Parts: sequence; structure tokens; C-alpha cells
Amino acid sequence: MDLTRRHLLLLLPSAAVAWKYVLAGTPEAAPNYHRTDHWWGMLIDIPKCIGCGSCVRACAEENDVPDGFFRTWIERYHVADWKIERPQVESPNGGKQGFPPGQESGGKNFFVPKLCNHCEDSPCTQVCPVGATFVSPDGVVLVDKSYCLGCRYCVQACPYGCRFINPKTNTAEKCTLCYHRITKGLTTACCEVCPTGARQLADLKNPKDPIHEFLRTHTVQILKPHMATGAKVFYNGMDGSVR
Amino acid sequence: MFKDIEHLVRLAAVIVIALVAFIAIRAAVVPKTFGEYGHYRAASLDDIAARPISFAGHDVCEACHTDVVDQKKLGRHIAVPCEACHGAQARHADDPASVKPPKLDTAVVCARCHEANSAKPKTFPQVVTAESPATPAINRIGPGSKLKRRQETQRQVRKGRGKWTSHAVISSCSCHPQL
Repeated sequence: MDLTRRHLLLLLPSAAVAWKYVLAGTPEAAPNYHRTDHWWGMLIDIPKCIGCGSCVRACAEENDVPDGFFRTWIERYHVADWKIERPQVESPNGGKQGFPPGQESGGKNFFVPKLCNHCEDSPCTQVCPVGATFVSPDGVVLVDKSYCLGCRYCVQACPYGCRFINPKTNTAEKCTLCYHRITKGLTTACCEVCPTGARQLADLKNPKDPIHEFLRTHTVQILKPHMATGAKVFYNGMDGSVR
Repeated sequence: MFKDIEHLVRLAAVIVIALVAFIAIRAAVVPKTFGEYGHYRAASLDDIAARPISFAGHDVCEACHTDVVDQKKLGRHIAVPCEACHGAQARHADDPASVKPPKLDTAVVCARCHEANSAKPKTFPQVVTAESPATPAINRIGPGSKLKRRQETQRQVRKGRGKWTSHAVISSCSCHPQL
């Protein structure tokens, strides 16, 4: 066949489209998702949290988390008057079944949902001797369970206590920020079921994400800022007693 | 000049064999995509992303249940996502004909959020269900009587004093039809 200029012009755009799919990997796995276009984090609005435990239950169901282990959990804080350095913290079964009403008088009480902070400079990935845990190109700290030795260095290294060893697989496990959901354009399971909107998935690379406006206009903190981990879970209205 | 070169050749041969062995073993042992993006196996991203979902997401629910969306708009639970009460429904969304979500017990579902707790925001509507006059007496026995509570709720429903999952009711609890 003689390749005329007309044929070439017709062929080029289709070749370009095809090449785009080649670059994106398997088209079924991620049709429109480009990892480098995102930088994921989460916003937690503490004054909105009612401690219902929906997030903990949803996380366990979505990710098949074994009983007694938690990728996300809720803590109930009681701060007696001025004793900010000595809060009483409880988390019965991770808050999975909610919380008892609480008998304390005086002081203040509030709930703090916790999960992996998906740190930019994560201590857990730095200590992995085999490269089984890493920060993905879209800013999610993940574990490659087929490559993990189960040496537990990362469990010790995480300053937030977000990792555990799965007793079935004997490999390190943690919050994946529902990577299988966010790459399909969904939000995380915990954010999906939160009845008050206390948890919101945030894409820090998307200039249209409401997170930017929120961060500008609210007093927002991260956990343990002195550790310089680059945590990407932002807490609104967090008390100074939260550890 | 190259009179005694033989020992150098032997040494070179050993080095070449060692190098070839190293490259061969490394190629066999290191996973294919290791190092593509960083010090990890790039293919694991796809492995992790391939996990099936359990929660369909409220957009999927609302695509079919448009009547419920309209009903929800009338109540205060407009912003509460479907699966917060109904649980994971991706299987139902995939096959609505054969996978039916279980009916909800409003006495349980409402209390999950609205049971009083001193750590809840003060503006959030709360009730101590054990002391609530609207709670049937049998509910006040306390923990351990879940089955009885459910039977009693079903009895109330049969009497027409409560409704199962009509979303007009979701604007309130079956115990409080006036809300």
C-alpha cells in the first residue's frame, strides 16, 4: 500500500490516542486516572465528628481488616479542666461499635478520628529494607504485600501507630486511602459513609478542590508537626491535648 | 612484554564470569517493574488498585433511586450518604435483581448516631434511648436484649406504628413519627 499524505494524516491522531492508552497502562485498570495529576490527603473536621464508628466499620468491610486491628479508629478524649498534658483517651474496639456515654463531669470531651497520615517524608517507608512500602506517585503510602517480609521495622517507625502486622498474611498492613477506590474516581469508604461529613478526601494537586479554600480560612493542624513527617491528614478544630 | 600474561587472563575470566552471574541472578530475582517509579515494584500499584469495591457510593445509589433522593430532600438527613445506614451495597448495585439489601431496624440505626454522648457536638440532636418515653418498655431492659428489641420493633411495625425504610421516615425515627 502506498502511504499517501492523506493516509498519514488520518493515521496520526488514532496512533496518538492509542499511545495515550499504552502510557496509561492497562486501560481497564485505570481508564482516565493519571497518578501524577493527584496528591491525596484528608481533611478531618473534629467539631463535626459524632463518634458513631461508621468509618471504622466501613473501613473493616471495604478492606477486609481483621478483628481487633484498625486501619482507622476513633479516640474519645476527656480533658479535665486545665490538664491539657494529661488527657484521658479511650478507644474501645477502635470505636467500631460507638462509645459509652461517658461519666466524666467537667472538662471537655471530643472525638478524634485517626488514620495513616500519608506523610510526604514518611518514616515508615524510609526504614523498609526491601522496598515493600513506598509513597506512590499520587502521594499515598502503600504496602506491596507480595514483597513485604513482615520484619516490623515500619510498625515501629510510624510515629502515629498506624501500622500493624496482619495475622493472616504476616505482612505489614495500613490504610491505603482506599487506593482501589480513589483510582476509580470514588472517595474512600470512610469518607463515603461519614454521616456528618467530618471526613473528606482531599486532592491537594487539584486547584478546584474545596480543601484549598478550607485550609486558607480555618485553623488547621496536623498531628505531631515536630516530627516533620509532612503529614497530609489535616485536622480542623483540634485541641492541643491531642497526641 | 606480555610474557606472563596468563594469570591476568585467568583473573579477567573470573571477573567476567562473576559479572555475568551477578547480572543473570539480578535479572531473575529483581521483579520486572522494580525501580520504575522509585525503590519499589511499580506493578504493585495496579495490584492494590485492582481490589474490588464494597461500597458503591451514593452517586450510584441516586442514579436509580431518584424517588428516595426526592424524599430525602424533605428531611434533615439530606446530606447523610445512603450507605451510612444501609451498609455496603456495591453487590446490590452490580446486580440489583438478585442481591437485595436487608431491611433496616430504625431503633438500631438511629441510635448509632443519635445516642447521647458527652463528647458529641452540643448542637447535634441526641437522645438517651433507654430513658426515651418513645422507646417501647422492652427496649429499656438494656444490653443483651437485641433480639427482643427487634421482635418488638417488628410488632410495632405490624401495628402500623412504625415504618421500615420509607425515606419519609428517615426524616425521623420510627419512634418519633411526629418529627
